Amino acid sequence: MKHFLKILLAAFVVFSCGQQTTTTTNEQPALAPGGGQSTVVDNESAKDVVRIAVSSPDHTTLVAALKAAEYVDALSNAGPFTVFAPTNAAFDMLPAGTVEGLLKPESKDALRNILEYHVYVGVLTENIIQDGMKLNQVNLENVTLNKKDGKITVNGANVVGSARGSNGIVYIIDQVLLPPPTK
Amino acid sequence: MKNKLINRILATLVILSGIVLWQSCKPKAPTSVAMGDAATRSFVPPGKYDEFYNIVSGGFNGQMAVYGIPSGRLFKILPVFSVFPESGYGYSEETKPMLNTSHGFIPWDDLHHIALSTTKGEHDGRWAFGNANNTPRVARINMKTFRTEEILEIPNSGGNHSSPFITENTEYLVAGTRFSIPMGNNKDVPISSYKENFKGSISFVKIDPKDGHMNIAFQLRTPGFNYDLSRAGKGPSHGWFFFSCYNTEQAYTLLEVNASQKDKDFIMAVNWKKAEEYIAQGKGRVEKAKYAHNIYNEEVHSATSTMQQEVTVLDVTEFPDIVYFIPCPKSPHGCDVDPTGEYIVGSGKLAAMMPVFSFTKIQKAIADKDYEGDFNGIPVIKYESALHGEVKKPGLGPLHTEFDEKGNAYTSMFVSSEIVKWNVKTLEVLDRVPTYYSIGHLSVPGGPTSKPHGKYVIAYNKITKDRFLPTGPELTQSAQIYDISGDKMQLILDFPTTGEPHYAEAIPASLVAPNSVKIFKLEDNKHPYAAIGEGQAKVVRDGNKVHVSMTAIRSHLTPDNIEGVRMGDEVYFHITNLEQDWDVPHGFAIKGNANAEILVMPGETQTLKFIPDEVGIVPFYCTDFCSALHQEMSGYLRVSPAGSKTPLKFSTGKIEEVN
Repeated sequence: MKHFLKILLAAFVVFSCGQQTTTTTNEQPALAPGGGQSTVVDNESAKDVVRIAVSSPDHTTLVAALKAAEYVDALSNAGPFTVFAPTNAAFDMLPAGTVEGLLKPESKDALRNILEYHVYVGVLTENIIQDGMKLNQVNLENVTLNKKDGKITVNGANVVGSARGSNGIVYIIDQVLLPPPTK
Repeated sequence: MKNKLINRILATLVILSGIVLWQSCKPKAPTSVAMGDAATRSFVPPGKYDEFYNIVSGGFNGQMAVYGIPSGRLFKILPVFSVFPESGYGYSEETKPMLNTSHGFIPWDDLHHIALSTTKGEHDGRWAFGNANNTPRVARINMKTFRTEEILEIPNSGGNHSSPFITENTEYLVAGTRFSIPMGNNKDVPISSYKENFKGSISFVKIDPKDGHMNIAFQLRTPGFNYDLSRAGKGPSHGWFFFSCYNTEQAYTLLEVNASQKDKDFIMAVNWKKAEEYIAQGKGRVEKAKYAHNIYNEEVHSATSTMQQEVTVLDVTEFPDIVYFIPCPKSPHGCDVDPTGEYIVGSGKLAAMMPVFSFTKIQKAIADKDYEGDFNGIPVIKYESALHGEVKKPGLGPLHTEFDEKGNAYTSMFVSSEIVKWNVKTLEVLDRVPTYYSIGHLSVPGGPTSKPHGKYVIAYNKITKDRFLPTGPELTQSAQIYDISGDKMQLILDFPTTGEPHYAEAIPASLVAPNSVKIFKLEDNKHPYAAIGEGQAKVVRDGNKVHVSMTAIRSHLTPDNIEGVRMGDEVYFHITNLEQDWDVPHGFAIKGNANAEILVMPGETQTLKFIPDEVGIVPFYCTDFCSALHQEMSGYLRVSPAGSKTPLKFSTGKIEEVN
């Protein structure tokens, strides 16, 4: 057995790569083109619309949907965006199983269509919004804004709060906006 | 026996484990291999040349920059619309006229787009053109000297963005106004009278095929929209030009909202051959206009500025067969024509789809009068009748498209920060890669021409953030090179850029490098103050102006002792570089000068103006490290009080110490 251990040791010396250090220095860094802008480490700048949503406990479903649709980076970019952000409760009002279905990989296009219906390219602050204003959303369908006694609705959903982000504005809404059926 | 067997099994195991270990020494996993490969694909060994020149606009720096592709190495910053104290461009007496305008001397502009001259739709390596977005101008750069040779101001323009795109044989370059404005005699109008009084203007600038000189052949007076970008037709569509228009709402405030109201704006198709015919028939209207035309002449190494007085105008509403509108969703930005000339790609920058129009269908629709209506009397072709098809959900915020020679298109997506590759005929999306971050324009070598070289696509990004070591709040802007020779685009290099890399063209080095000028011949130097040889060096007083014709050669200036200059004088140092040796410029600077330095190329003469502000001895010296005795290449100017009787004298090497 001792004899065997000697052979084993010798084998290791012979076979193991004696150029450990060389291998390490020659090793190219993995092709790391980098994540999108959402991966930029920056705790000084104002939050963008995605970070606003991520930091809100009431928007975990929306954030999960943005991740599933791979829209986190797009909405971390320069924008400018107006995002209508349905709360978790708003998503809960959808028929049972809807959200789960949309989060499946095979539903990505449908999910993207719904999310794009919640985004306008341009920053519409509250003072700009006028009663009856139509917005052509990213998915090329219109939403209608109404403003009565200072209260804003979008397609009938109530705006229950807003937050100004670095790359746009977020309006928190109490219903999910469902785009008209695709033609 | 048993022991033997065990030993044999163990020995086998040892050998096997050895093989496993040996295998682990082989080249690493696919990711590292891919990266190694990528690195070699952008690597140009020391002393070797790049395959392409990349002529990149500098955006807000008003310059162009010249890089090598695929290395991303910066070769030159080429001043165009902005002064450049490094070389003296805009500071030397010879180059000051280049920046003259109807508003006087303007030291800066915003250079957005590049157009490289073409013959039969292919790059010919003669000239590069650039636009001034702010104070409307176009410039022509000689690709033999990499110098700005001509700048033409564009009258009746509110900002020259839709420019300097050129026709197939560089017959014309266009200059379309970004902002519509009131023109003619009625300019003092309320802003709210936009719809009534504001007009668009598209200038067709004729390029002389021999020397490249530019002149405004005619201007089209068009509806009051914002004209964004354009491309000329080619091949079958040669004779046509396509312009993207936004703000067809004709909003004049808060365009962020009010110019995005309509589902569709327009692509404007212009039959410029037809316009040419009307001009030849004398149907143009001559209007008063004031605009500067500046030309640099290398014979005298000097520029002249001439103020032009009139321009010929065709109002397109009076000539209904020049212009047609094609509806295009939403606020189209890029308007790009494929290498065959058949397909026109509209990029609605707020849309999540892209229409591709067919030139054949547009022609048929015009022949059939297949219109959905008109705008101010200009026919609007039915969208479906002009449409080849739509690229569905290509990405968010399509901006610009360039092409390869295999029928593929590459579109930049600003909002989703990616490049999307798609097939022009089938409209199928083939591949997508992220860019870092927020891509604007992109460039394929020869990408806007009839003959692309689809080896690389270069992304020009608006945001850099964490891509390089940080340098405080202001970061370098950046570009990325992707290898597109295979089916999948692959990032091979990040490189930082100077200014804002707004748009660029890339051209095979073989079309440019062999023509590059190495020296200016002294015997061809016709500068009026040139000293062709040290024997011609002199100092001449003309009233309060003192002209110093000085020579520079390794390693002294002649004269290097000058006396007799007085307070109140203006001194002009005309420096002639006597070297006839490639890459031996001399520089000149003088203490306390409220100006810049000048760099003088071999065989050239350049002039620096100096107004002394105190009595005393003022040193001057060569600023371009030229030899081992560069530090010795210097001299003294004596400045005496006003009215002093100090005689004017000058010398080099004359020792006359007073004991």
